Amino acid sequence: MTSEAATAAIPALRSDQLFVNLGPQHPSTHGVLRVGLTIEGEVIVKAVPDIGYLHRGTEKLAEARGYHHCVVLTDRWDYVASMPNNLVFCLAAEKLLGVKATPRADALRVMMCELNRIASHLLFVGTYGIDIGAFTPFLYAFREREMILDLFEMVCGARLTYNYIRLGGVMVDVTPEWTAKLKEFLEYFKPKIDEYDQLLSYNPIFMARTQGVGLITAAEAVSWSLSGPNLRGSGVVYDARKADPYCGYENYDFDVVVGKEGSCWDRYFCRVTEMRQSVRIVEQVLAKLPEGPVMAAGVAKIPKPAPGEAYAHVEAARGDLGVHLVSDGGVSPFRMHVRAPSFLNLAILQEKLVGMKISDVIALLGSTDIVLGEVDR
Amino acid sequence: MTAPKPAPAKAPLPEPVLNRKNGILMADRRWPTDQWAHPWSLPGYRNGALMLAGIILGILGGGALIGELSKWGDKLYALMAAFATAKGISTVAVDAVWVAIKVLIVLHVILVNGLWSIWWERKISAHIQSRVGPTYAGGFHGWAQTICDGIKLFLKEDITPAAADHWVHALAPAIVIAPCIAAFAPVLFGTDLAAARLDVGTLYVFAFAGISVIGVVMAGWASGNKYSLLGGLRAAAQIVSYELPRGFSVVPVIMFAGSLDLSVIADAQSGYWWGVAPRWFVFYPVVGQVAFLIFLIASIAETNRTPFDIPEAESELVGGFHTEYSGMKWSVFFLAEYAYVLLASFLLATFFLGGGGSPLPWAPFTLVPSWIWMLSKAMFMMFVFLWVRWTLPRLRVDQLMDFNWKFLLPWSFANIAVAGLYLAFWLK
Repeated sequence: MTSEAATAAIPALRSDQLFVNLGPQHPSTHGVLRVGLTIEGEVIVKAVPDIGYLHRGTEKLAEARGYHHCVVLTDRWDYVASMPNNLVFCLAAEKLLGVKATPRADALRVMMCELNRIASHLLFVGTYGIDIGAFTPFLYAFREREMILDLFEMVCGARLTYNYIRLGGVMVDVTPEWTAKLKEFLEYFKPKIDEYDQLLSYNPIFMARTQGVGLITAAEAVSWSLSGPNLRGSGVVYDARKADPYCGYENYDFDVVVGKEGSCWDRYFCRVTEMRQSVRIVEQVLAKLPEGPVMAAGVAKIPKPAPGEAYAHVEAARGDLGVHLVSDGGVSPFRMHVRAPSFLNLAILQEKLVGMKISDVIALLGSTDIVLGEVDR
Repeated sequence: MTAPKPAPAKAPLPEPVLNRKNGILMADRRWPTDQWAHPWSLPGYRNGALMLAGIILGILGGGALIGELSKWGDKLYALMAAFATAKGISTVAVDAVWVAIKVLIVLHVILVNGLWSIWWERKISAHIQSRVGPTYAGGFHGWAQTICDGIKLFLKEDITPAAADHWVHALAPAIVIAPCIAAFAPVLFGTDLAAARLDVGTLYVFAFAGISVIGVVMAGWASGNKYSLLGGLRAAAQIVSYELPRGFSVVPVIMFAGSLDLSVIADAQSGYWWGVAPRWFVFYPVVGQVAFLIFLIASIAETNRTPFDIPEAESELVGGFHTEYSGMKWSVFFLAEYAYVLLASFLLATFFLGGGGSPLPWAPFTLVPSWIWMLSKAMFMMFVFLWVRWTLPRLRVDQLMDFNWKFLLPWSFANIAVAGLYLAFWLK
């Protein structure tokens, strides 16, 4: 019997509803998200997500900066995985400019984006463990994530906001020493994914907490425009890397991971399995890394693309990340619009949270893996 | 009109293969793969193992020299009584002083346990999580870290929220800690080593341990914080529910021992099957293990630790019932939590692991006095508590209740029935 039915049957027992602010300062909102929860006992009656605490207006800022400078702004959207942000802006701007990145630059872009996807999913696995109450997987995941950040630091000097992918190519070439380190990391990392499975994925308590919780059907996922692991967790086979290949993704052999029922566990497990696929892609890139320059010739210091529009989208760690650029022939974009996957993935919460328990709210909120920097931009 | 000057020829820059920063990072970066390939090759690990062996041998040797503590206690009491008769002081005064000494000892067991087990939990959780934990304070593996933390807590401002009910808010920590200290009265620290020998010791411990939940609910209600309120209510539901399987799981033990007195229960486990296997209740086939597991699980739930830490679920309720506490009031909650873990560890050792009995009937083991065996068993059980806490996720409220009412409680009843069969046919 639901709580509504119970209280309707015995009106004298009707308790007061309680309004609880989940956030903006709360351990489990992964940033400064505020959810206004109206609860009755432990059950949610109404949930209103409130965003905007991290709004920095990057879309507007881009209108006053040159194309090269805009790449720096993109780092700040999804600061957990900023390589795909760099990439999607560069792809859109390259379409406007009519520039094509060199083959080696394309391969490096794919490699960095996949490494960044692993780093981002590792952060998700760790923090989701904390959301469910297991603290230890967090430190294991961060130990491995640290190594990827070390790799990024070695190649471009930054650990969070890389600014590595530039118009026409990448900032700097990788060295043979770096490639050796990367191979060492991949060999170290592959068995670690099985370790996470043993520790967390197949833990009976974890499965009891997440399987069958926060169900999102395929139709709902499509109609709410979810993307990334949130969409694939519901069983919809859509991946921008396969559907609309960029940077030569069609040359690499990898599988699109989908879940069964769209529960929190499915979304979680999609990400864990995607890490395996990303390792596969990185290994293939390493095996057939083409020689040559990493920066295309003919990219002006102050690019002035001809008036027009361009849209590019990539499969970022959190979903289908798109950038729409409009040029009026000037030195900076006339308009930049970002299709931020976290923002769209967040919208379904207000419908899905109703009727859940407080513990499940955390489970569902964590499983959507939002980054508030991208939600608010 | 002169021709424009040709631009001066620039020297071509060398292609940076390994730039300066890049090269330094490559050389300096130490990855876990470097450090964990052969941990025993690191002198720190070898020294640590040697040191641990030395500490254990030192404790065992020192314990063997001191002998049974109850013997020393009897001597001290006899000395005091002799002194009193010589001076013509009433024996009531001697008994009063004797009780005061025992109370102080138990109080200090709880306080020192707070210092020790917080340090121990930090070290164990650190090593479970591939960290090293505190290393700085005090010099030796950060042994003084908890003392420094305690000093910090003493100096912290004691904040009472404006929305709080001041009296109830201040009273709650006292109501949590006082029954906890009282519950330690009949707890055995070795053979015949307890502050008070009660013939209803088991019942007394459970009765007093159950009172603390009132303090938790008071804390949750009086804080004027919705998260605290939820945490307090969750704690009330959880602790009251888990009292039942915890109590019923001990019934087979009481049936086998034929007494509620903790000393009698410990003594009933002396002796060895076939001269080797100790007759501990945990080794009684099926009944012993089921009772032990149910008691262990229910004890973890009683002490509000993961996977049953829903009253203070950090990721949901921020801090649960102690969100609005700071300084010493907060640390009293913490002290009580660790005291309850210690209580549960000693009870597990007494009920199921043979109390102060030696696990093997041979010379080096039997020389070790009972209080060291008791302490080792209790510390092992405390380690199990920490191990579980740092490995498992947290259950949901309804799953927690389902587990209790639909699984633990029926099985503890069934266990009592099987124990009755044992008594009727096997242990006549």
